[in-house]
Amino acid sequence: MESIFNPWPWYVAGPAIAAILAALVYGGKSFGMSTNLETMCTLGGAGRFAERFRTDWRARQWSLLVMLGAGLGGLIAMWLLDGGAAVPLNPEIAADLQALGLRDAGTAYAPGQLYSADAWSNPMALVMLLGGGFLVGFGARYAGGCTSGHAITGLSNFQLPSLIAAVAFFAGGLATTYTVLPYLLAYLTPAA
Amino acid sequence: MSLARSFYFLAVGIAFGIVMLKSGAASWYRIYEMFHFGSFHMYGIMGSAVVCGWALNLLLRKSNLQDLDGQVMRLATKPDNLKAGAIGGTIFGIGWAVTGACPGPIYTLLGAGFWPVLLILVGALGGAFAYGLLRPRLPH
Repeated sequence: MESIFNPWPWYVAGPAIAAILAALVYGGKSFGMSTNLETMCTLGGAGRFAERFRTDWRARQWSLLVMLGAGLGGLIAMWLLDGGAAVPLNPEIAADLQALGLRDAGTAYAPGQLYSADAWSNPMALVMLLGGGFLVGFGARYAGGCTSGHAITGLSNFQLPSLIAAVAFFAGGLATTYTVLPYLLAYLTPAA
Repeated sequence: MSLARSFYFLAVGIAFGIVMLKSGAASWYRIYEMFHFGSFHMYGIMGSAVVCGWALNLLLRKSNLQDLDGQVMRLATKPDNLKAGAIGGTIFGIGWAVTGACPGPIYTLLGAGFWPVLLILVGALGGAFAYGLLRPRLPH
């Protein structure tokens, strides 16, 4: 029984994600998390500015509930299942990250500079979170889906647009992590 | 939507959130490790999810099982828009590598109490809004 408190292995998580896809299809819906961003824009009155947001948010209520559940699941996993425990990273990767200034690599769930209260007073953290978030939202809606809609559902259903999108997700991420990211991390880390 | 149906979708979301946090799919470190080919973990998660998805797809096509509303179940199809997938997808990937979060885990991380993730959400809402405004002028 101890094992559910440990980080879950891929062969549990992957089939579990497919089960979530199946549960949504059984509910008469589809698996896609990023559409909620547009629904929240609609709720915030974005319909005044663009045709795209003049939709009936009630038809998307189910998805807002999945989103709310995703948050509650985070709360439950964090407090009841030790969800914030250290991620067992590859030691070489952890050492690289520590050299780049992320000293809690290998001993934390996420980098303290970005994800703890320290971020609020770190200008580079604010830029990375806000700017990166902007690209996530813009890119996901431009592509017509994110990891759940394209990489999981679309690939499961042999959708060519999803294959293109999934390759592009990866290409964009790879290019960034090897070129720009080390510079961002250098500014993220105070030289102390 | 009935109360029972509302709870159904909430419960599916809760399961999703637990899986995201406990598997490390919501961890910035795991995303970095994936892009540096440091571990099979994330590839295993997505690969096995897609393989199980294929099996589900095959089962649904063969069986014509019905959903809760009595409709024949099928996986969603995507509009045939390759250019948007390529450009939008690349932009998404850049943001994913920087923030370590895709749209689902954003909510899970907030629920877990990683409050600065609020900024990722604000940014993502701004991005979705900007896309809605600019859409008529973007290549598709």
